[in-house]
Amino acid sequence: MTYLIQQLLNALQLGSIYALIALGYTMVYGVLIMINFAHGDLFMVGAFFCFLAATYLKLSFVPTLLTSMAGVALLGVLIERLAYKPLRQAPRVSVVITALGVGIFLENFTNALCPYPQGIPPLLPSANWSVGGVSVSALQVLILALSASLMLMLDFMVNRTKVGMAMRAISWDKTIVPLMGVPVDTVISLTFAIGAGLGGAAGVMYGLAYPVIDSNMGIMVGWKAFIAAVVGGIGNIRGAMLGGLILGAVEILVVAIPGVPSTYRDFIVFSLLLVLLIFRPYGILGRPRSVKI
Amino acid sequence: MKRILLALLGLGAVALAAACGNPGGSTIRIGVIAELTGDMPAVGASCRQAAEMAAAQINVAGGLALGGAKKKIELFIEDNAGKPDQSASAAQKLITQQDVLALVGPNASRYAIPAAEIAERARVVLVTPWATSPKATLDARTGAPKRYVFRACFIDPFQGRVVAKFAQDNLKAKKAAVLYDVASDYNKGIAEYFKQTFEQGGDRVVAFETYTTSDKDFTAQLTKIKSAAPDVIFLPNYYSEVPLQIQQAHRLGIGAPFLGSDSWGSADLIALCGKECEGYYFSTHYDADATATPIARDFIDAYKTRYGKTPDDVAALTYDSFGLLFKAIQAAGRPERQAVRDALAAVPKYEGVTGTMLFHGTGDPVKSAVIEQIKGGKFVWFATVNP
Amino acid sequence: MARRWILPALLALSFILSLAIPRLGWLNDYNQLILVYIGINIILTVSLNLVNGYMGEFSVGHAGLMAVGAYVSALLSVRVVAPGLGPWLFPLIVTAGGLAAALIGMVIALPSFKTRGDYLAIVTLAFNMIVKSVIENIDAVGGPRGFMGMDKLTTLPTVFCWTVVAVWVIRNFVYSKYGRGVLAIREDEIAGELMSVSTRKVKFLAFGLSSFFAGVAGALFAHVLLFINPGSFGLVKSTEVLIMVYLGGIGSLAGSILGATIYTVLLEKLRWMGAWRMVLMPLMLVLLMLFRPRGIMGLRELRWLVPRRDLKLPAPPAPRSAEEVARGAAQS
Repeated sequence: MTYLIQQLLNALQLGSIYALIALGYTMVYGVLIMINFAHGDLFMVGAFFCFLAATYLKLSFVPTLLTSMAGVALLGVLIERLAYKPLRQAPRVSVVITALGVGIFLENFTNALCPYPQGIPPLLPSANWSVGGVSVSALQVLILALSASLMLMLDFMVNRTKVGMAMRAISWDKTIVPLMGVPVDTVISLTFAIGAGLGGAAGVMYGLAYPVIDSNMGIMVGWKAFIAAVVGGIGNIRGAMLGGLILGAVEILVVAIPGVPSTYRDFIVFSLLLVLLIFRPYGILGRPRSVKI
Repeated sequence: MKRILLALLGLGAVALAAACGNPGGSTIRIGVIAELTGDMPAVGASCRQAAEMAAAQINVAGGLALGGAKKKIELFIEDNAGKPDQSASAAQKLITQQDVLALVGPNASRYAIPAAEIAERARVVLVTPWATSPKATLDARTGAPKRYVFRACFIDPFQGRVVAKFAQDNLKAKKAAVLYDVASDYNKGIAEYFKQTFEQGGDRVVAFETYTTSDKDFTAQLTKIKSAAPDVIFLPNYYSEVPLQIQQAHRLGIGAPFLGSDSWGSADLIALCGKECEGYYFSTHYDADATATPIARDFIDAYKTRYGKTPDDVAALTYDSFGLLFKAIQAAGRPERQAVRDALAAVPKYEGVTGTMLFHGTGDPVKSAVIEQIKGGKFVWFATVNP
Repeated sequence: MARRWILPALLALSFILSLAIPRLGWLNDYNQLILVYIGINIILTVSLNLVNGYMGEFSVGHAGLMAVGAYVSALLSVRVVAPGLGPWLFPLIVTAGGLAAALIGMVIALPSFKTRGDYLAIVTLAFNMIVKSVIENIDAVGGPRGFMGMDKLTTLPTVFCWTVVAVWVIRNFVYSKYGRGVLAIREDEIAGELMSVSTRKVKFLAFGLSSFFAGVAGALFAHVLLFINPGSFGLVKSTEVLIMVYLGGIGSLAGSILGATIYTVLLEKLRWMGAWRMVLMPLMLVLLMLFRPRGIMGLRELRWLVPRRDLKLPAPPAPRSAEEVARGAAQS
């Protein structure tokens, strides 16, 4: 029993990080109907900003978190302005290819600047508590608390504020909304900033949980988070959170089953995606979109 | 239309008229494949530094004495970027474009094995300094020993035995757990040899968990290991993964000691691991401080003077690889691939920095192993195990 | 049209060259290797161009099909075929790899009936990853540690022949009745269905053909690198093929040949840049998408590749963006 609870805790930790990244994908898709394939690499950049802030600027935890989030948010807006905005009227294919290109560019740029795996200095006290045989670490508690609060804040913002209303409006109809006095470009940039910022926060937390970082870490994590977003229903914020937790659970529990080698992990996760796309392509909480011919 | 045609033709011309790379006969060209970027750059850096030092020492004396004349050594260093297929293409490139006489490296078994295969096909000598998996010197198709591939280190059937015996005799362990990378030849191989030896005589391996290269989260596997309650946990993994594994294990409340193999030997392990690795043991090829032979002392002093740090096992083994190669080239008398191979195969014994190497007809030397302990943030000699 | 004999003459000359160069050693081994890689990349590019360029679909998992071809052919040549027979049976081995890939590729055609655009991209990518994971789990072929033991059966003449075959077959397919169906699907699938284009059949054929040649390229690749592992057939490889397609020009065979050649040669020549080389490549792609999204050749085709009767027809219309469609609808 304690074994199961321990594994569930592990799943919760991993799932929260996936959920934060998935939120970035889902927000951008919701507003622009575009999959920002570079998002996983923004997450990786967040981890590197954390490394730089902690090692060279010697900041403590909270300033590191805030600077990394701000840095990645800025980078996200920059990418949007330079690479995605000019292609808003272009065929979808161009945008997706560009997104892939930007992602690979970020990976290799970081790799060229910093080819060695780096260690992040411990910014949090490494306290461990044992609750009835289950080991809980301070880090786990922090990750869960931080992710939950960020998600609650986002949910509030999207559903209860004017800016959030503008975001939801743009996702319904991009051409009419400017006529209603909504500054579309600003809102889109804001969406990117928030999405990227969340990805950056995820990067910091991942960097603290798994302190050896390298430039390729964004690829698989990015894809898994993307699958999480799709599973939950891409474009739907609560769906992204749900999807992240489900994916974390699947990843951990697959390995937790005795006798299943770890190499089955990827296979099961991607098969899950495929099956879902065939039978329920709009995800668990998503709604089908109708296209006018 | 015409422009495009011209462009196509121009491109064809460029492709064809590329660098001719005519090998000058005045130098001895040796290729080095190292892990300069990727997941173990510390290994590649050591290898490169030792290679450059070995070549520089010969060149400063005028060159290698060969058939009356002295020829300088020219090194061609290629990065395999931590990818096995890049190792294979780097080997092909060095053999065809640079027309090297012999190859040294790669170091990690999973990169050395493909490069060794290419070298064997092309009939070019390859000496790997650090790859301990027996697969590097065995033909992939027939399982027979390769004729052109040699190494400067011991092999894992021996090392796995050494570690298992240490666990049983020194750590008094009756139950062991292993966490290893199933996607990598070295880790998987030595994990299996460890298990084999450990289980002879009644002891049990209670958990034999796997992960895949570049995984960062091991909590699921470690939770399983924790519930099996082992006396010792064997982690035959590379220096950038072990710190994560140990940290996560401590966070889960695992108190059993950890045991490592020669993949732990890089100084970066301590930099990444900090205090969490204090007190643990691992097996390796040599110890820079405890060694007494004059050859080793000379090498260590020269390396310290040139680079400002103590050479690790990769550097020492690379230096020995070059030593072996130079000896063979001189015995062959001429810089010709087949002659070098035959001369190298005929070497029965070599006294290197890392100790005595005895060759018994294959490319795998018989050597001693050293057990080190991590104490006070440094690697400290604990014991030497002879074959 | 008196100059139409130039192309076959050029081909014959090139074939003789491809035989002569290895035998007479006019180029060193390394440059021959580059030519072999150019050939393999051309096959990959024209095969992906069929699906992404001509048919307007969005297949991003081409490397997975390459992996199938590579592994099937490698297994055949190492485990099944006796060592001496290798060179003689090589065409069969490569064809077998291609057929295996084609079967898998036709399975990918199934989800394409229901989804297009982004979702198909995800599906094909998931396929790529699944193929990779499946291979990683099969210990008998070495799993993630890779598979070796092949002989170097891919020579300059074999690659040249297969490249010519690939370009020729795909060119004939594109200018056939099925090819018109492919173009119809790109322009407006529903209208095509209404005009009696059997889109399902066309998609099966197109995906099958494209996958066949991806498998062929994979088989050739396996027998020149002599070491294959699932890691070489992941997202990076798929993206490389995408770069080559969009660089050369979608919907243009000459463009694909050009794109593949430029990319391969550039990649080799820029090795001195070290890690910065791979920074330049995606930057090129992004700039290309921003300023010339149709590629170098766009939709134009080399005259010699177009069959005579098609030369008199106007060029196929360019895919229109949403804005243009809206404008067109507003005008009518």
